Amino acid sequence: MSTRAAAGWRFNVLGGAAGWLWLVIGVVPIYWIVITSLKSRSTYYAQNPLAPPTDPTLENYRSVIESDFARYFLNSVVVTAGAVVPAVAVSFMAAYAVVRGSAGSRFLRSVNVLFLMGLAIPLQATIIPVYLIIIRLHLYDTLLAIILPSIAFAVPLSVLVLANFIRDVPRELFESMRMDGATEWGTLWHLAFPLTRPALVTVSIYNGLTIWNGFLLPLILTQSPEQRTMPLALWTFQGEYGVNVPAVLASVVLATLPILALYALGRRQLLSGLTLGLGK
Amino acid sequence: MSGLAPPAVRVRAATGSAGGRSGSLGWMALPALAIFVAFGLVPLVGVLALSFTRWDGIGAIHPAGLDSWRTVLTDPGLPHALWVTFLVMALSWAFQTPMSLLIGVFLAGRQRYREFLAVLYVIPLLLSSAAIAITYKALLDPNFGLGAGLGLPFLVQDWLGRSGLALGVVVFVVSWQFIPFHALIYQGAVRQIPVTLYEAAQIDGAGRIRQFLSITLPQLKYTIITSSTLMVVGSLTFFDLIFVLTEGGPGDATRVLALDMYKRGFQANLMGPASAIAVILVLAGLALALLLQRLGGRDASASQLEGA
Repeated sequence: MSTRAAAGWRFNVLGGAAGWLWLVIGVVPIYWIVITSLKSRSTYYAQNPLAPPTDPTLENYRSVIESDFARYFLNSVVVTAGAVVPAVAVSFMAAYAVVRGSAGSRFLRSVNVLFLMGLAIPLQATIIPVYLIIIRLHLYDTLLAIILPSIAFAVPLSVLVLANFIRDVPRELFESMRMDGATEWGTLWHLAFPLTRPALVTVSIYNGLTIWNGFLLPLILTQSPEQRTMPLALWTFQGEYGVNVPAVLASVVLATLPILALYALGRRQLLSGLTLGLGK
Repeated sequence: MSGLAPPAVRVRAATGSAGGRSGSLGWMALPALAIFVAFGLVPLVGVLALSFTRWDGIGAIHPAGLDSWRTVLTDPGLPHALWVTFLVMALSWAFQTPMSLLIGVFLAGRQRYREFLAVLYVIPLLLSSAAIAITYKALLDPNFGLGAGLGLPFLVQDWLGRSGLALGVVVFVVSWQFIPFHALIYQGAVRQIPVTLYEAAQIDGAGRIRQFLSITLPQLKYTIITSSTLMVVGSLTFFDLIFVLTEGGPGDATRVLALDMYKRGFQANLMGPASAIAVILVLAGLALALLLQRLGGRDASASQLEGA
């Protein structure tokens, strides 16, 4: 009895200790980001770094916003929306086709295998030929240069996840639609789409986060300030305002706000999106 | 009647497949296929082709036979980059896996405060790698960072300026960013384990640790493999965080493969050798994924044998 209690007590401490320790480790940098972004430069240098600012100021946010921040923000919105919407749309159609047609079509079975193989292609490894293709298309230093590869790299995983969801739709529903004379496009729109909506949200969030936070494509495929997206702008701010840490951190907060807002509004969907349904 | 039905249905299905259904379904897959081939598959083949050329990224592309491969394979920088990549991979796996597992199990408890903790845990996942790297550079600054400000001697070191320390920082920050992800996966998986298994174990007198080792770990076998695969293959492609945090420095101390490729291609303007490195990246990724899948597969076979 005492032995069992002791064992339980020890394990609880171990798990709990890891949990609480990592909570502190996870939260302290975030806390530090926020309070430091509200300090003036002189306060930053003089004050205990973990102490809340005695005279909070928004001057850092003002100076970041005055540095063309709105332009970078808009660029990121354009890139993220411009990539996620087409990526999810074409992936949904492909997932539907693969699930519904693989039994009777060698072409669609090959497409399915191709997308599975696509999961193994790291974006980093193909960046040089992507760069070459973009140059040949005369798209270098445009937002479209980021959008097109982003769509391509979102497709394999999106098709895989969406196909799994569509497979869960009872076959009888598809057959009854067909008996009623519905076309495949009609079935896609009236049956598969409503039933797959949660998965579409999940996949959209996952891809949205990946693209919003993406750094490599903007780094290599754009160069002028007018085409910067947020992660690249953060890096540039660091270079330009390196000594002004509070301003740099204010830009970090501003870059993360949209995602935090999304998190506050739809935590469950966001978590599902983050892990593509692996974690619940 | 029963004898006649199957052939008729089969004939009709075949006819349907051959006709409109298969056709329109094929069309539905084309847009995704087109964009993926254009920017995924063509570049994959393209990078192999480019590894046999000489190109500075701006001018003309010249065939160069095996020059790039000879350059890369004889350069001591390559084994070094492979070694650094392996170190980051192994150390971050070794740190992340037990930590994620413990946290995931902890968060899987049903108490309300754990739900609240889970909310906070996830925030690192929402930040971009660039944002995280920038934050840690400032935090670890030996003159104005956390250490100096708090007067903690341990923290007042040149973390990013010394080889061993910088590598440790990279591993730590990578773990900081991704442990929440893996903890979420474990949390979800733990909640799928039937409660009856634990109840039976308790009746047999098993304590918490025994339950963890005998029930939780075995039940999470496939989750551990999934999580580990994501960690290991993912670590091959770490670029953003390390680029912004250390740029591969000090010296080449944190120059992983992906960074090596970028520097050769886009800073040294040697696209041929950079493409060869990229091919190595692809091969390494495939090899690791297959290796881990085989581990999973063997377990699956063992599982079937146990079942039988």
